[in-house]
Amino acid sequence: MKITELFDKGEFVISAEVGPPKGCHAEELIEEAKKYLQNVHAINVTDNQSSVMRLGSLAVCKMLKDAGFNPIFQMTCRDRNRLALQSDLLSAAALGIDNVLALTGDHTFIGDHPQAKPVFDLDSASLLHTMRTLEGGHDLAGLDLVGEPPKFAKGAVVSPCSDSVDAQLVKMERKIAAGAEFFQTQAVFDSEQFIKFMEKAKEFGKPVQLGIIIPKNVGMCRFMNNNVAGVSIPESIFDELKADKEKTKAGITGVEIAARIIRECKPYCQGVHVMTLGWEDKIPSLMEQAGL
Amino acid sequence: MLITTLKSRDAIAALVEGKAFIINCHGCKEVGFPEAEAAEMEKELCEAGKVTGIMTTDYICNPDNFKLRLKAYLPQIAEADTILVLSCGVGVQTVAEIFEDKKVCAACDTTRLPGFQGVTPLEVACDQCGECYLTMTAGICPITACSKSLVNGPCGGTKMGKCEVDPNMECGWERIYRRLEAQGRLDVLKCPTNMHDFSTVKATAECKQSE
Repeated sequence: MKITELFDKGEFVISAEVGPPKGCHAEELIEEAKKYLQNVHAINVTDNQSSVMRLGSLAVCKMLKDAGFNPIFQMTCRDRNRLALQSDLLSAAALGIDNVLALTGDHTFIGDHPQAKPVFDLDSASLLHTMRTLEGGHDLAGLDLVGEPPKFAKGAVVSPCSDSVDAQLVKMERKIAAGAEFFQTQAVFDSEQFIKFMEKAKEFGKPVQLGIIIPKNVGMCRFMNNNVAGVSIPESIFDELKADKEKTKAGITGVEIAARIIRECKPYCQGVHVMTLGWEDKIPSLMEQAGL
Repeated sequence: MLITTLKSRDAIAALVEGKAFIINCHGCKEVGFPEAEAAEMEKELCEAGKVTGIMTTDYICNPDNFKLRLKAYLPQIAEADTILVLSCGVGVQTVAEIFEDKKVCAACDTTRLPGFQGVTPLEVACDQCGECYLTMTAGICPITACSKSLVNGPCGGTKMGKCEVDPNMECGWERIYRRLEAQGRLDVLKCPTNMHDFSTVKATAECKQSE
């Protein structure tokens, strides 16, 4: 089911994100999803996340779909040229995967195969344009597709807490011009910053899902602050995580923080997207505490 | 070695807002430069009253030398709304560095030829990619200044203005954004989606044939 249909119905759309394993067995991932992700509207499947080679996003999307879930196929432009991207889009459509999230992708240099050739033949904006082109019944070379053209719910990402948020907004506008119909954001830890961003972003009239990562501990937050682009974690969250070590270790503090951010931001956005980073089991309590 | 080919007349006409100052670089002799076509195009622009002056010189990629020669033309450049540069990408970027607040346009695309090239070590680079974007990127090359060579704006990998690949490398698109903002030209980023044309091998072959 296209996630855009849910936005159109006025649903507050909840999605979670899973990362395929490094290996050819996704059974455990599917079982975890069955246990903890029954109540989300859709599940993103990452595409060689952080440039680390793993089982393919499309294969796991199909496995999730067969298990009764609504997958969102994340596509980066790092590993495929325009032939392969178009071909995989057609493959997705053929397999009934109709939600696609277009990303430029991290550079190969930061992953586990730094020797690999980074492709970037297209980027997030031109990949969205490519989807729209295929939907028009022809490919990027202008050649006709056989039969009924595919139709995708076309998603993109934006970083509301980036230190260059103005440039992000310009790119967001370009993505919309290229065909983006909904947005998922980089993880937000500062509600005020997000709300300020949404004041500008709402003018574009496209649904935005608030990005959430449950903060696990001080070390993780420090790492993200120093290394993850578009993430900025305020001191107050460090203080909260330091206050009661046992509670933090059990994930209770992190869930409380994440739930609070969701409650504060909910009136300003159209959904929430949780990047679980292995904490799928915290999703039910997070949803409950956030009042979702 | 490299070849510069003139962009289409329509593309160049669209670049020239108001009046233009034209810089021709007849540069290094390894460069294939479209002299006759350029002269014809410039004549048309002059006849239309759109030119404040023309400077024909060489090695504009050598900033020290070039700045000395520029002196005589500064009044004509001040009068112009845009500077139209007919050179390789390095030349365009050198001009854009000198006139940071001016709209500097690339009238040529630069394509690679095998062999030795360039003698002046510079901060700026031209990948001779065959499809020059410098006009819409305020004279900062997205192919060489962005580690992913993105042509539609920044990725999400910028942290404190630095690239995810190298914390010592400034994000090329952040620089482009800032310079366009300073020039009041952010609207150029609202252009249609770009898709880079990698078929420059063909252009090189065509040019060799015509030699």
